[in-house]
This record gives sequence, C-alpha cells and structure tokens, in this order.
Amino acid sequence: MIKELHKKLINKEITSVQLTQDYFNAIEKRDAEIGAYLTLTKELAMQQAEFVDAKISKGENIELLEGIPGAIKDMICVDGVRTTAGSKILDNYIAPYDATVIKKLKECGAVILGKTNQDEFAMGSSGENSAYGPTKNPVDPERVAGGSSSGSAAAVAGDEAVWSLGTDTGGSIRQPAAFCGIVGLKPTYGRVSRSGAISMGSSLDQIGPFAKTVEDAAIILSAISGEDSLDATSAKSSDKKYEDYLTGDIAGKIIGVPKEYVESLEGEIKNVFEKSLEKFKSLGAKIEEISLPHSQYALPVYYIIMTSEVSSNLAKFDGIKFGMRFDDSAESKSQLSSSENSNATSKKLLETYLDTRKIGFGAEVKRRIMLGTYALSAGYYDAYYLKAQKVRALIRKDFEDAFKKVDFIYSPTCPEVAFKFGEKSNDPLKMYLSDIYTITANLAGVPAISFPIGSVVEDGKALPVGGQLIGKWFDEEGILNMAHTFEINKQ
Amino acid sequence: MLTREEIINVATLARIGVSEKDVENYQHDLSAILDYFKKLDELDVADVEPIGHITGMQNRFRNDSNDDFGKLGKEEIMKNAPETKDGFIKVKSVL
Repeated sequence: MIKELHKKLINKEITSVQLTQDYFNAIEKRDAEIGAYLTLTKELAMQQAEFVDAKISKGENIELLEGIPGAIKDMICVDGVRTTAGSKILDNYIAPYDATVIKKLKECGAVILGKTNQDEFAMGSSGENSAYGPTKNPVDPERVAGGSSSGSAAAVAGDEAVWSLGTDTGGSIRQPAAFCGIVGLKPTYGRVSRSGAISMGSSLDQIGPFAKTVEDAAIILSAISGEDSLDATSAKSSDKKYEDYLTGDIAGKIIGVPKEYVESLEGEIKNVFEKSLEKFKSLGAKIEEISLPHSQYALPVYYIIMTSEVSSNLAKFDGIKFGMRFDDSAESKSQLSSSENSNATSKKLLETYLDTRKIGFGAEVKRRIMLGTYALSAGYYDAYYLKAQKVRALIRKDFEDAFKKVDFIYSPTCPEVAFKFGEKSNDPLKMYLSDIYTITANLAGVPAISFPIGSVVEDGKALPVGGQLIGKWFDEEGILNMAHTFEINKQ
Repeated sequence: MLTREEIINVATLARIGVSEKDVENYQHDLSAILDYFKKLDELDVADVEPIGHITGMQNRFRNDSNDDFGKLGKEEIMKNAPETKDGFIKVKSVL
C-alpha cells in the first residue's frame, strides 16, 4: 500500500495534503464510534504534508515513506503533543521531546496524524483499561480491538491511518493485529530504540509497526530501527532495508510447530491454523513438530518480571515532577498506611503521593504495581524475581535448542478471536491467559510477527485469525519474508 | 491469603492510597495471582544463571557530559510540573 501511494505521489496523481486530509475526513467520520485516537495532530500533519508536496513540485526525489500518514501509540512521545499513555495521571502531559522513533520517522518525511488509544500504561489485552474509553474493533464494533495497542490496530484496520506504531511487552502489538486482521511486528529486543517510549517492563518492551501488508510493516521497520546512544540496550544498526528481503521464496525453510502451543487448540481456529500449515507446505516449506518444554512456566515468569519492572518504572508518577497531582483532603483522611511511613514529619508529602497514585492510576495498573512491589519487597526477591529470571533463562534455552533444528516457530497468535466487551474484564487471570502464545517471544527477546491467516465466523461476522511466526534473534527479514510469501499467495 | 497488614505495607511501599474496601479486594486478587506463581516451585533452578540482558549485551559507555536543553527546553520541561517556584520544582513540605 505504501509503495502504491508513493507512486501516486511522485506521478502527481495525488498530493500528500489531499491524502492526509482524506485520512482526517475518515477519522472524523468513523472515530467517534471506533475510539482509535486520543489526540489529533492536524497542524503538524499538514505542515509535514505541505513540505513533502513542495519537494515533489520542485521535482526533488522523495523517500518511500515521505508524505504517507500514520498514527502513533500514546505510549510514545511526540514533541509538543499531549502524551497520556492512556492514563489520567498523564492527562495534561505535553512531551518536551521526540522519541527516537519519531525523530527517525520525521526525518523520513512520514506524516503523523495523531496519538492512539491504548490500555493504560500498556497494561491490558483488550483496550478496556484505557482511562479514555475503549477502542472498538472495526471488524465488529461489539468486540474489543485487543490490547494494549488497541487504537493503533483499529486505526489501520479501520482505514484511519496507513500505518501505525505500537509497543509490545507481552503481545501488545501482535494480539490486537490478530484481532483486527492486520499485520503487527515485534522486533528483536534491542532492534528499535525505546528512548522516548514510556517504559513498562524494560527488559521486555519493544516498539514495532502495524500495517495492512507485510511489505508496509517492513518499510516502517527499516525507518525506525537502529542503534541509539539514548537507549543503552539498543543493538548495533543493521541498516537493512527490510522491504528488499521479501523475495516470495521460502522453499526449503523449516517451520517448527510447538506441540505445547497447539495441543490445546480447538474448533475453528484449529482448522484455520491447519489450513495455513498446508499453505506453507505448498509453498515449499517443511513442517516439523518441536517442543518448548518450559512454555507452561512462561505466564508466571512473565507476570513476575513484568509487574516487578512496572512497579519500579511507574514510581516516577508521583504528583511532583510531572503529570497530574491529586490532593484531596477527604481522600487523605481515608488512606491507610503502615506506621513507619506515616510519621508526622513526612505526612504531607506522603499524602500527596498516596492520593495522586490512588486517583491517577486505574485498577489494573495499581494491581500490577502492588504485585510487583510485593515480589520485590524484602524477603521475597529470591523467591519471585530472581527465580523468574532463572526460569526465563530456561525459556530462552528452549528457543536456542529449537532454532538448532528449525528456521522459524509458528503457531496461532492467540488461542481465540476478538472477544466481546466485558467478557473478561472482571477476571485478571483469565485476561492474562490471552497472552499465552505471545509472551514467550518477549521473554526470549526474539522477533515475532502476527499476520492474517483466515477467519472464523461468529454472529454472522468473519472474525480474523492471526498466525504468529517467531524468528531467530535479529532475523526480522526471515519472518517478514515468510509472512509476505503467505500473504501474496492467499487466494 | 495475604493479611490486611501485608496489603497495607505493600500499598505504603508502592505509595498507593487504599481504603478498607481496596484492602479486601487486593487480599483476594493478589493472593489468587500469587498462588498461580507457585507453579514455578515445580522447577529446580539452583544451578541456572539468571538472565541479565536477553541478547547478551555488555555494558556500554559514553562520554560523561551533559546536554543543555536551553532556556526553551527547560521551560517545556518545567511546564509539566504541577508546582514550580523560581525555576525549580516545588516539593511538598517534609518537615
């Protein structure tokens, strides 16, 4: 889609200003229902579009992404633009700088339409935890768009943006991509700089693209990846143009299907998945059953590590340095706190902290901070965080062993299709289980892509099913080519 | 099940205000999830090295220098603070 639009731009069939305006019109028409956007950046977008149009009319060359409009998850800072992370506590926060990915996209001339809705601080699998209301799935508005990058997925699926960025800590790009029927990529840990992305679980977080096609996702990845002195965990740049690796040839590639992932699969999703295996076979790939024996421990490991890191990362939201401050004397009187901290000398400051965080954070965020604080508190560190980091080493070893035998690991992205609002919101454990296939890629740090492989009909609606390909560390081009080859050979 | 005192202690450490009702809810929710974490007790990991950095990256160094945001940059940053005085962020009284 990006290449076609690029051609139209250079052939002067359309202008970037027109294109951008068309997307704002689409947003105006649909977004009251869908709820994909939290903030629109019209002025910025139009400036960017006019700049590109001026270049074209002067006969200058433009890059692939120049003048192509997209959307940014509200977890990522855009200079001078409100950045809430879906939370009330950052309701009035204006980012004073660009995240590295935004700097790079601006240098590429991409147009930014606005900031998208999400579960608060990226905590959730349905978008229902946003402080600004849920995002509806454009495929069926009675269903969730998935989460936590709910708005970024819905914006692309609902034709309210050509591409978008999300963040993925345990599946927050891949699961909503699967639920909305589009492509979502979580790169290798370190491939993309996180500088300027609000941190959640720092040993797990990655930024990645959403798009309608695998090629578009590859183009966005080429633009945003690379080493960055502002993110000490970022890996050496590869300077790859990922879109140049989409050969459409996957003959001889070996796909491993983990028996632990698929043995519990049932019903229509199982059929769709098995058909996709046949398709891969017909394209020349070999399928092998593999085992990832520690998969059953991934969810507890993930929830210990992630909540521990969350409790530390979110300590900065205190009502003092930035964001909202809530000082409610009626609240303060009802606060319970343990005696060591509530001595008279620090009472006022402590009350500000307690009130601000009680009122500013939503229920799921507080639950995770509480869990992580407990796991890191004196006497429990060895039993929880340290133990989890050890089991995480075993999970990574499972992947190392598997990748000695196979080139890729393949499964459905989720054990289910998009569910209806409210179906899981009262049961945190049940909600956590929708991340079961996606979290291991974050724990092991490997790249993974979700792409549409078919659909399941429920209530007369064809609900998309996503397939997930996991690649070796830094083999983004491998999984992109696999998914691309599948995509162009769909009937 | 976590006790009332344990929850209040964790909430205080986390700087999250809680009411009696919140304490009860956390006792229930957190205990259920902590029980689920017990699954890891099945594994003996005594000899396993814990993960440091997932792709095995080592320490990285840069020059020990600072970038000045400039007057404009400082203003942009300070605009986000709930309370400022004379170009400083104002903290609630601790005495």
